[in-house]
Amino acid sequence: MAKSSQRYPILFISMAVLAAALFLSAADNRAYVIQNVKVNTLSSAGILDRASVVVVDGKITQVGKTVKVPAGAQIIKGDGLEVYPGMINAWGNIGLTEVPAVDVMNDTTDLGTFKPQLLAFSAFHPASELIPVARVNGITTAISAPSGGIIAGQASLLHLDGWTADEMAVLKSAGMVITLPSLGGGRGGRGGGTALPGGTQATDAARAQQQQISELSELLEKTRHYVKAREANPATERDRALDALAPVVKGQLTAFMQAQTARDIRNAVEFAKKENLKFVIQGGREANKVADLLKKENVMVILDSIVALPTRQDDPYDARFTLPKELAAAGVKFALTSPSAADVRNLPYEAGFAQAYGLSHEEALKAVTIYPAEILGVADRIGTIEPGKIADLVVTDGDLLEIRTQVKNLFIAGKDVSLETKHTLLYKKYMDRK
Amino acid sequence: MPNRFKIHIKILFILAVLAMVCAAWAQMGSSGVVLIKDATILTVSHGNIAKGSILIRDGKIAAVGPNLTAPAGAAVIDATGQFVMPGIIDPHSHIAIAGGINEGTLAVTSMVAIEDVLDPTDINIYRELAGGVTTTLTMHGSANPIGGTNAVIKLRWGKDAKGLLFKGAKPTLKFALGENVKRSGAAATRYPATRMGTEDVIRTAFIEARDYMRAWDEYKKRVAASDKIAIPPKKDLKLEPLVEVLRGERTTNVHGYRADEMLMMLRLADEFGFKVNSFEHGLEAYKIAKEIVAHGAIVSTFSDGWAYKIEAYDSIPYNAAIITRKGGMACINSDSAEEARHLNQEAAKTMKYGGLSEQEALALVTLNPAKELRIDDRVGAIDPGKDADLVIWNHHPLSVYAVAQKTMIDGEIYFDIQKDQEMRKRTEEERKSLEALDKKNAPQGRGRGSAPDNFINKIPHRQD
Repeated sequence: MAKSSQRYPILFISMAVLAAALFLSAADNRAYVIQNVKVNTLSSAGILDRASVVVVDGKITQVGKTVKVPAGAQIIKGDGLEVYPGMINAWGNIGLTEVPAVDVMNDTTDLGTFKPQLLAFSAFHPASELIPVARVNGITTAISAPSGGIIAGQASLLHLDGWTADEMAVLKSAGMVITLPSLGGGRGGRGGGTALPGGTQATDAARAQQQQISELSELLEKTRHYVKAREANPATERDRALDALAPVVKGQLTAFMQAQTARDIRNAVEFAKKENLKFVIQGGREANKVADLLKKENVMVILDSIVALPTRQDDPYDARFTLPKELAAAGVKFALTSPSAADVRNLPYEAGFAQAYGLSHEEALKAVTIYPAEILGVADRIGTIEPGKIADLVVTDGDLLEIRTQVKNLFIAGKDVSLETKHTLLYKKYMDRK
Repeated sequence: MPNRFKIHIKILFILAVLAMVCAAWAQMGSSGVVLIKDATILTVSHGNIAKGSILIRDGKIAAVGPNLTAPAGAAVIDATGQFVMPGIIDPHSHIAIAGGINEGTLAVTSMVAIEDVLDPTDINIYRELAGGVTTTLTMHGSANPIGGTNAVIKLRWGKDAKGLLFKGAKPTLKFALGENVKRSGAAATRYPATRMGTEDVIRTAFIEARDYMRAWDEYKKRVAASDKIAIPPKKDLKLEPLVEVLRGERTTNVHGYRADEMLMMLRLADEFGFKVNSFEHGLEAYKIAKEIVAHGAIVSTFSDGWAYKIEAYDSIPYNAAIITRKGGMACINSDSAEEARHLNQEAAKTMKYGGLSEQEALALVTLNPAKELRIDDRVGAIDPGKDADLVIWNHHPLSVYAVAQKTMIDGEIYFDIQKDQEMRKRTEEERKSLEALDKKNAPQGRGRGSAPDNFINKIPHRQD
């Protein structure tokens, strides 16, 4: 190189200039204006027709009918298009599993019953093929949660774009996954209670359940003592499990209390209140049956997929479809989710079904954007289109919740993300086969 | 759980069923003539009629058009602002089957029949009616290379097992390739446990069947020639269905995922001179569209299921669209009592992924599966002369917001959303009174009285 630069000084200099120019233009591209677009802010500003959204350095800086175009900003013509805040999938295990049937591709469930020190972020696979497939339908942030045992570990909240988990993390720890043992029934699937061993008699099972709940209470009590001991004497020997639980007993870190049946939800609420936890219910298949309690105690719910069969033989055929409508009517705040890692892309249709069965359009949209942001404690950063928020934006050719709608542009943390996936590549490759 | 409570719930169901049937009868005009009027009609066979009517007589579609008037005595359904499409046909399901779908203890179980174990009380029949499904191919599982024979049923909720059968539908037989067969083999130490073994088992079975067919042909020839000492070959119930396949009297539904295993099956079918009627799932069919189209096999696939096992890792939601664009025929199936309830919306995904037209998308869950099951002379489109199997929707059925309002089979209403609302009130009241009764009669001191939580079903997953 040194030799050739002496031989061809002009070529070398012009190459350097070109490289610098490319670098500068890339830097300039950190500014975008989506112009003349229907803006679904999902904030108090409502819907703005023929307005603009300005993105600079990863943040939304202006939203409105008249905006100041930053120098060098890339213009995206939004005529006939709509823009929505990126959707947030508030439950699931994307990044912790690739092909669930292949054991070695699963990092969701470790051994043991109490594992508060485990963190989803540590095992999150940023190159998972499932991530681009999920995001191109407009999902920009997702929870990745461990499972199994009574304390499964800590869930993480991640942006669905980035080279490394560090770049993608919105919250390394979004909360502690806690599943009280359940007394039979209502499980059969993700996010269910912990099965109890043995016990031919209901009383044996009840005793075993009480035993495990006591163990959890004792662990929380031990953590409180540990916190006091550490405060009193910083030389107190550290315990990683108790360190992880400390923010939970202090009410700083959310406990995701997993419960499905009415009885299990009541038990979970009672337990979490008694232990003074900051908590939400995750699962909530029968949350409608305890809606009054949830409203009274101001408990928010991260629902499992509602595109699901009724849990009981004699439930109405649409029991799960109508769950969001019933919770909304009772004034309970909830997030809709599509938890299965391969199916995260179907999150908008969860909201679409909720609307088909009685939820309002605005509430349906909020249940996949600002409500999950509020439930996860990140509503100051994501979930609406407002100046100051992270630029997670989806530009579509129509209603975000409709199946036929196409995503035209996708911004994650202000970056114009490619819409290419494993699926689009295979599609092109084999359409071209003669 | 007290058995008595179970019985009470059963009785409750039977009463509910009877109520539904009575309601359906009440809805019918006494003359057996019904007019659905002023709806947007999606015929699937010949486009849409913006404000049209359908005249139904004796369970058949008598006329379709923009200007029909109700004959005297006809029951009239005003469907203004609503959409009518042909009843959805789910060409891959496992509902209404009692006690397990896999006879996987042997590699070849063509002697078993789903028809013999139909369960007309499966609540999923009603739930699927509420999703617009009227006809279903309910199938043996995929644990072995050659499974049992399948059953084409109409979802006539309230009828007995015989009353479900789609009379005149062509008989079918299930085959399976790939991981499910391998896994079942490895777990039960039953041959085969590889794709090589799977081919070997199917080839061996067809060699046997061919010999058996020839022996019977020889016997019949001798009888025809008045040979008095001709001895009939021993009847073999396993080989009979395979002979029917060789004679073209029974169609084949071949579960397969990977392109290579489907090509194996096409070669094998050519070798024995039969047709692969359909590849079930055929998730990699798009890689070998040319070969599949040349053979004439239909691809009955998922809308967007993928990555749940390694042979589904290259599954793409463009599969049905690629097969369609390359001149083949595709269907969208559910393989799930849940997904069957929104096959119309699953079909809509082919418009998003691959750009199919509305009519092409609707055909994936109506006309194409009717062709696959060889019942397209009876169902699958809104044409005069066809069975009056129809669904009325409040929105366009390819919209995520569409909810079925009425589902009709043979001109009879089997699901009506208004009647359903009334029924659920009655069910809830009866449930409460039964629970109260159960509590009163429960033995004191043990158990927990009423135990509604024990009624929660395991959520059914895709069974393949």
